[in-house]
Amino acid sequence: MSPLLEVRDLKVRVEEREILHGLSLTVNAGEVHAIMGPNGSGKSTLSHVIAGKPDYEVTAGEILFKGEDLLAMEPDERAAKGVFLAFQYPVEIPGVATMTFLRTALNAQRKARGEEEMSTPDFLKKVREVSARLNIPQDMLKRGVNVGFSGGEKKRNEVLQMALFEPSLCVLDEMDSGLDIDALRIAADGVNQLRDQGRAMVVITHYQRLLNYIVPDFVHVMSRGRIVTSGGKELALELEETGYAQYEEAAA
Amino acid sequence: MVAVQETVDQVRQIDVDQYRYGFETIIESEKAPKGLDESTIRFISEKKNEPAWMLEWRLEAFRRWLTMKEPDWSRVKYPKIDYQDLHYYAAPKQKPGLNSLDEVDPEILRTYEKLGIPLREQEMLAGVVRPEGERRVAVDAVFDSVSVATTFQAELKKSGVIFMPISEAIREYPDLVRKYLGTVVPTSDNYFATLNSAVFSDGSFVYIPPGVRCPMELSTYFRINERDTGQFERTLIIADKGSYVSYLEGCTAPMRDENQLHAAVVELIALDDAEIKYSTVQNWYPGNSEGQGGIYNFVTKRGDCRGRNSKISWTQVETGSAITWKYPSCILRGDNSSGEFYSIAISNGYQQVDSGTKMIHLGKNTTSRIIAKGIAAGRSDSTYRGLVSTHRKAEGARNFTACDSLLIGDTCGAHTIPYIEAKNSTSVIEHEATTSKISEDMLFYCVQRGLSEEEAVALVVNGFVRDVLQQLPMEFAVEAQKLISISLEGSVG
Repeated sequence: MSPLLEVRDLKVRVEEREILHGLSLTVNAGEVHAIMGPNGSGKSTLSHVIAGKPDYEVTAGEILFKGEDLLAMEPDERAAKGVFLAFQYPVEIPGVATMTFLRTALNAQRKARGEEEMSTPDFLKKVREVSARLNIPQDMLKRGVNVGFSGGEKKRNEVLQMALFEPSLCVLDEMDSGLDIDALRIAADGVNQLRDQGRAMVVITHYQRLLNYIVPDFVHVMSRGRIVTSGGKELALELEETGYAQYEEAAA
Repeated sequence: MVAVQETVDQVRQIDVDQYRYGFETIIESEKAPKGLDESTIRFISEKKNEPAWMLEWRLEAFRRWLTMKEPDWSRVKYPKIDYQDLHYYAAPKQKPGLNSLDEVDPEILRTYEKLGIPLREQEMLAGVVRPEGERRVAVDAVFDSVSVATTFQAELKKSGVIFMPISEAIREYPDLVRKYLGTVVPTSDNYFATLNSAVFSDGSFVYIPPGVRCPMELSTYFRINERDTGQFERTLIIADKGSYVSYLEGCTAPMRDENQLHAAVVELIALDDAEIKYSTVQNWYPGNSEGQGGIYNFVTKRGDCRGRNSKISWTQVETGSAITWKYPSCILRGDNSSGEFYSIAISNGYQQVDSGTKMIHLGKNTTSRIIAKGIAAGRSDSTYRGLVSTHRKAEGARNFTACDSLLIGDTCGAHTIPYIEAKNSTSVIEHEATTSKISEDMLFYCVQRGLSEEEAVALVVNGFVRDVLQQLPMEFAVEAQKLISISLEGSVG
């Protein structure tokens, strides 16, 4: 069976500057991979390229998702195929009720897959069920998408969407930024509920503390646009002690 | 790729094809010769079979117009209009004195059918069981310079409501018309209103008697068809004490290379405890992708809250016209009266919009509320211009204004020019304004969730205008929503 996600020797430029200098990563279904590294090492770039954010130019290498050429797909196509990016800074969309947004997005994905749109009663039932499981108050769903949400609420809204769309690959970009420890625990609980044999997660983080709550199977350390070392979950703890400096030098 | 640049390019390519109402009806018509002098006015007045006082009124306006100068203070640019190169009257040839819809030229009926405007009451009533509580809509259809059909007149008359072409009202209810015509927008008001007073041809007249709640929505559908023709309609709505009416106007025109002038005047009068809700869905031909053609929409709309506790509410969705120049306003004369202005102005291609409102607080404890949303795309330019004025005796006057602009791309412009005059220390005036761009981040967030880029723009724009759309009567909110999508087509599905 081919891996869920295969990144091969990926080189990426942004405005003439190369950010990723040949990055490779293999993720199988059911696995949770953590990608750690200092600021500017290219972690977020990787997540954006996987999701298809504009303005990134891939100059070499490829990304295969379920054996298909991911880079040839539009971002909405990737979403319909099961790629989900939980944003570091989810955007606010004033005037659009969260509920409306969720339904529009879910049905757009279903339509792209050639499935029937979900009926309103079925949709409501599903949202209620999922939000109850994640302890998300109904009242949050009536508000504009992320408008006036606290940092914690925004992240929970990301997790809610993840649970609702049931993607096979979840990329979590700096899930912990801007969260206090309680909010972090709640968001991480939500993520853990979604761990599943058929689903893989790529958890991008600067700090080890997130990995106390979302325990990874593999840890990769990025520095200057490359993965410089990989290991099991104990690698994250080591890093906590030694810092990134040694890898910075190695990569230089 | 999802880049916003691509959306912008697509929006820029807005093409004549996307204007779905641009067809022309081939029909024999009777026109006044080109040009404007006293004989033109006599011609129009005679065609309309008007009483002498009406002709005098027109001539007086015309003489004043000759002494006036075309205003140039708005933020719009257009070549000088040659007022002698226009037809001031055009009417489909028809038998005089139509008795029923069956006598209306079938070509005209087909035109309105194509536009989706139901004129045949029979068809509207027949067959389909209507959901409980759904309200019917009475339509006055104005084709070039004349009203061709007004539906449900008989039924409305039962409740005492008068809804008819203004040309008929001048003959049938001269006292009412004389009492109110020109009392809100005087013949001397401004260049275009004065011109309208001299040459207006048709429009709607509405009178709601005391204590009557108009049993259905009233609407007028304006269609410019003829070439080189100006449309100068005049609408007069009077809500007598304690009455209520909701009125909607819609407008379309064929696609033509030349610009056409539309200079209308709308006057609303609300007496004690009366309420008028006036909604506009304006979709005149906006011109092609090169900025050629399109309607010059130079309109004066004003409501007078003449009585105590009266209320006038303007709601407009403006997507058409090459140039829009209009400021639906409220004079809050009666104590405790209130005025509202809700507006969505969408411009694309080379459209220019200079629009807003005036709220003139004269009475005590008068309130006004302004919510204006401007969306500019392509190479268009959109200006909100507003005046809130509280006079010396307007104790306790209150106003709240919010103007928000949304820009799509970087070749369009949005401007906000609010004037505030407070001559009374007890008045409270609030003004909020924002300008934002549909950001790449916002679009990317939506497409990452599976929406196509067009769906994403539509979602963001609909969110942006939501609080104004909610003000439209149910029947028209859906139409307006569709129109918004069409106007931004290329970026919106």
